[in-house]
Amino acid sequence: MPKYDSWKEMPIAGVIDKPATAREYNTGTWRIMRPIVDKDACINCMQCWLYCPDMAIDGIVKEDGKTEMVGFNYDYCKGCGTCAKVCPVNAITMKPETEFLK
Amino acid sequence: MPVNMKQLINLVAKEDWPFTQGHRLCPGCNAPMVAKWATMTAKALGYEPVVGAATGCLEVSTTIYPFTAWNVPYIHNAFENVAATISGAEAAYRSLKNRGKLKTDKPIKFIAFGGDGGTYDIGLQSLSGAVERGHDFLYILYDNEGYMNTGNQRSGSTPPGADATTEPVGKVKTGKVQFKKNIVEIIGAHENVYAATASTSDPFDFMAKVEKGLKHEGPAFIAVLAPCVRFWRIPESDGPKITKLAVETKYWPLYEIDRGVYKITRKPRNFKPIEEYIRSIGRFRKALQHPEYKEVIEEMQKYVDTRWERLLKFEEATKGMYLR
Repeated sequence: MPKYDSWKEMPIAGVIDKPATAREYNTGTWRIMRPIVDKDACINCMQCWLYCPDMAIDGIVKEDGKTEMVGFNYDYCKGCGTCAKVCPVNAITMKPETEFLK
Repeated sequence: MPVNMKQLINLVAKEDWPFTQGHRLCPGCNAPMVAKWATMTAKALGYEPVVGAATGCLEVSTTIYPFTAWNVPYIHNAFENVAATISGAEAAYRSLKNRGKLKTDKPIKFIAFGGDGGTYDIGLQSLSGAVERGHDFLYILYDNEGYMNTGNQRSGSTPPGADATTEPVGKVKTGKVQFKKNIVEIIGAHENVYAATASTSDPFDFMAKVEKGLKHEGPAFIAVLAPCVRFWRIPESDGPKITKLAVETKYWPLYEIDRGVYKITRKPRNFKPIEEYIRSIGRFRKALQHPEYKEVIEEMQKYVDTRWERLLKFEEATKGMYLR
């Protein structure tokens, strides 16, 4: 959220003058099921990366040109489980968030 | 060349997501997938997308003041006029470009997002006008078959037998009685347009259509079946699974109308009966308990079969006959 010293600095008509400010709101707090990836089973096909509605899966292209699924961004993952359903090798399991409470 | 996965991952690593985290759509919603794929494709092809959105789930939950989930220029005006708004932006762009007042050389492309309320019912006249005037824009409809943002009221897109708050299943009626409006045919009948259907079960088919629509000089329209997990009463994770079933049961055939030429882009090898699709979605559950539910299913089955046969014949008959 942009900070202004005075109301006079605020843009008119509800214009948001900075892009992608929604990142300051962590939707990960909504989650009740946590996706866990088994990296040994994962074939790095990136289907989960493509489907994730919350852009909460990080992926990279390595130097040798192969894709790699790095992991989940739990700040934003809402725990819908779409990644677990589209995974062709069932490498992603959904576990209740209560198991991770300390 | 169609976009591939590596291109997309490289784009996100280099330039960030065009549609970012932190939007407040429901977990498992299919609308952000549509928004993300469309804007990523435009960026990967080297265009600068400018986005407009009609009032709807996607608009209200991505731009809650003072937050925005868009990493690209974005405009929202009202429910009924997203096509008019984006055509105005496009006309301004063309005018500035002709007078040499633009500071960028990158080609700018205009994408409008609308839900089914803002396209089938409320926004139809502005969309028809914008398509008729031949503005160079791409309109993407994410079709969740009802006014889901306000709580499951029926729209022109709700299928028969569905339980909606304004047309509930009761002792006499089996939910909505009327059939779904065939929006792709309506837009395709404007003739100078590229119109297509897509589904969230097939992202690369959708992205190929987005590419075709962006490269088409003139208006383009893509209708994407994007389930609302909340009011379709399906599990949060099952959106793509359900749309896959919709394609396999001929409920949502994937085809395109390029200036009058029909082409079916996906032909499933084995078709499933429509009953399987209806039984997998919770919003039909009440209608299935109705004594007349068999008639609804028979009527739907007959309709989807006839439509598929008709599409095959159209594809055969219109081969190479571009209207404009």
